[in-house]
Amino acid sequence: MMIALTTLSVFGAALVAPLFFRNKNKLASWLIALLPLGITIYFASLLPRAAAENPETFSFNWAREFGANFSFRADSLSLLFAMLISGVGTLVVIYAGGYLGKNPNIGRFYAWLFIFMGAMLGVALSDNLLLLFIFWELTSLSSYVLIGFEHEKESARAAALQALLVTGGGGLAMLAGIILLGQISGTLEISALLSNTSTSLSAGGTAVQSHPLFIPALILILLGAFTKSAQFPFHFWLPNAMAAPTPVSAYLHSATMVKAGVYLLARLHPILGGNDIWLYTVSGVGLITMLVGSYLSFSQTDLKRLLAYSTLGALGTMTMLIGLGTPLALKAAVVLLFAHALYKGALFLVAGAIDHETGTRDVTQLGGLFRALPITGTAAGISALSMAGLPPLFGFIAKEVVYETGLEFNPWLMAAIIFMGLSTVFVAGVVGMGPFFGKLTESPKKPHEAPLSMWLGPILLTALSLLAGFFPSGISNLIVSPAVSSVAGEAVKVKLALWHGVNTAFLLSIATVIAGILLFSIRNSLRGVLQKIEWKWGPAYFYTLSLDGMNALARAQTRFLQSGTLRNYILIIILCVTLGGGYSLFRIGGFDILPQHISDVKFYEAAIAALILGAAIAAVTSSSRLGAIAALGAAGIGVALIFLQFGAPDLAITQFAIEALTVILFVLAFYHLPKFTQLSSPRARIRDAVIALFTGALMTMLVLAAVGVHISDSISTFFVENSLPLAHGRNIVNVILVDFRGMDTMGEITVLGIAGIGVYALLKFRRKKGRE
Amino acid sequence: MKIDSLILRTMVRYLFPLLLLFSVFIFLRGHNEPGGGFIAGLVASAAYALYSIASNSIEARQVLGVDTRLLIGIGLLIALCSGLPAIFAGESFLTGLWGYLSIPGVFKIEIGTPVLFDIGVFLAVMGVTLTIIFALEEVE
Repeated sequence: MMIALTTLSVFGAALVAPLFFRNKNKLASWLIALLPLGITIYFASLLPRAAAENPETFSFNWAREFGANFSFRADSLSLLFAMLISGVGTLVVIYAGGYLGKNPNIGRFYAWLFIFMGAMLGVALSDNLLLLFIFWELTSLSSYVLIGFEHEKESARAAALQALLVTGGGGLAMLAGIILLGQISGTLEISALLSNTSTSLSAGGTAVQSHPLFIPALILILLGAFTKSAQFPFHFWLPNAMAAPTPVSAYLHSATMVKAGVYLLARLHPILGGNDIWLYTVSGVGLITMLVGSYLSFSQTDLKRLLAYSTLGALGTMTMLIGLGTPLALKAAVVLLFAHALYKGALFLVAGAIDHETGTRDVTQLGGLFRALPITGTAAGISALSMAGLPPLFGFIAKEVVYETGLEFNPWLMAAIIFMGLSTVFVAGVVGMGPFFGKLTESPKKPHEAPLSMWLGPILLTALSLLAGFFPSGISNLIVSPAVSSVAGEAVKVKLALWHGVNTAFLLSIATVIAGILLFSIRNSLRGVLQKIEWKWGPAYFYTLSLDGMNALARAQTRFLQSGTLRNYILIIILCVTLGGGYSLFRIGGFDILPQHISDVKFYEAAIAALILGAAIAAVTSSSRLGAIAALGAAGIGVALIFLQFGAPDLAITQFAIEALTVILFVLAFYHLPKFTQLSSPRARIRDAVIALFTGALMTMLVLAAVGVHISDSISTFFVENSLPLAHGRNIVNVILVDFRGMDTMGEITVLGIAGIGVYALLKFRRKKGRE
Repeated sequence: MKIDSLILRTMVRYLFPLLLLFSVFIFLRGHNEPGGGFIAGLVASAAYALYSIASNSIEARQVLGVDTRLLIGIGLLIALCSGLPAIFAGESFLTGLWGYLSIPGVFKIEIGTPVLFDIGVFLAVMGVTLTIIFALEEVE
């Protein structure tokens, strides 16, 4: 119960946040940060239970027919992730108070930040795949708004749309995959999938994986995870998302949201993993992303883009490790996830502070700031050391485990990992050291120390990197071990230690740091060489190409179908009905069952039919508008007579009323209509006549066929029998309208209302446009 | 648009209240005899439409007293609300609930939420029809 309420409370905070920040109170961000802080403490209190394999759960039936339930489950993996979300969230909430201080839209910013936080917690804690999907898309949506927060900038809007289209599109693929998985296994509850012997690898079952639909399901779900975690070839949205305010970049695009894909892979590894497709796709895509991100980070000069590309490298590494799937690799993935969130979160916040205090994020314009920003500089320096993988920081431990994993496989993989390590050391130097040491460079604003709200986050995260480095065993027993176990699907005992002795991994790690420092020292000339190489045919190019293509297609079909001429609309509608309806009728053999006894037709029925026919012909051939309208009216009255004839007085009355109103409408419209002449060519008229005749013939067939077929007992008996006892009325038609089929009527009058307002708008605003 | 016809004006003076009364009659008998909210709404609209042709739409709007667009909303809202009591009674939305309205010895009639629903239909139909008719009339 509490887990569900915790998630809900964050959405509640989103509702009150705008009120909170209405009068620009400086304490508001500190006060509202108490909520995520409390949530983090609550999650921490759940850790022992989760480690003892007795996680807190909550389930509430929602839509049982679809297998959707509000079910939450807080096992170690979920809690590790959830604590990152609420913990980093607390610091970001405080930080944003200082960063956006005087922004007039700060209330809206916090509303969306809390919506994101709630959705992200939902992703981490959901035990139902459909529920997870809903929260998942909600994170895409809030990310869209947050990236585009500075919506006056075109670049921010484009970046926001790009992120939404890529991650949202992937999310839809994932939904399809989830549904397929549900069809195969019969359940969408993650815990049920994990414990079921036929669906979970760890329980020894392979029934799901041998199902013919398994591969499509796997690929679709992977698409969702890859787009969200910015894996190649979908990586391009992440650097562009740096258009967001820095607190958002730190929170969404480094610490939490982009790790959702990694989380999903880890979560579903025991169900989907352990086969060749998983191994090669996931580790292959991760490997490429790792290399691409690492390579591209060398040439960047913007602090946030540097961090973004190195985040790509880290995300790729985690994905690759989960793809490899050995206990050691999974351990490395979980440790790296944790360490990365700490140091990268701190460095992102530092980058924002530098930007805020100096007015630039360009590393070539930054240097010697340590004297002016000593606290920020300390946090940056130590976090950079953790990122570079130096002892005694937690980043060192993470790097050692990743290197050990590489050595466990083959030299080529090891070489790729070392390349990633090189770029990590390089970026750590450029972001964490470069701006603070060396010669003081002139910056747009005179630098001074950031306020408390803006250095608290970096300092605390850095302190955690240190603390975790010194006490790795505590962390490994409490979180890492049980989390790795739930990724692996079996109990894995993980031991973390700061010092392993001198081994191959350690020596390689030292070599990487030295080489990285060398690269750092020649960074300007290195950048100069790399920036000359241009990539035109990257995935971003194809994104633009397909977006333009879709827009062109939309424009073309709109121009064709929505020509703006009423005649064409009617033509298209009638053609669709005739062709579609005719085809269906033909397929079920509707043309064969025409009733044969024409002789039953009474003479007055024939007379009414003749009246309608004559009126219709007169309407079409009339040489005056008045004549045509009168003929149409006559046809309508003929129809009303038929209604009367067959005992439907209500319909007849309605028909008469409509005819009367039509006359009134016509009188009103009469003056505004153009001169009554032949506007269409003879060819068009012949075409229209043919279509009209076919449509008429089809409708006749349809009616005759409908009369001839008795699929089941008519429902009218039910209405006749129950109208009075159940609905207290003798007029069956009206009883059906207002009671038995009340919901239909409700919909009909709503449509009627919308149509009425539409006509009103067309008539009222026509003139204004003409004058402009 | 202006139709200046003495015959029409004189006729409408008598027809207008009669048509309105007739629409109420059609509405009330609707549950047991041919009629109901939809037809009654059309008849009432015809009454106002005739009135506006005989004089003009501004006067017709004054006689109506309510903005026609508002009428659409009110109608939809009433129809929606008529479904709510059923929810509180534990039935599904729009289930008809019936009771008796009576003064002992004088009269006794059945009344229920579908009547309310029908009033909603009546007002919505009237709102839509008159919105269109008045707007057409006011096109310059």
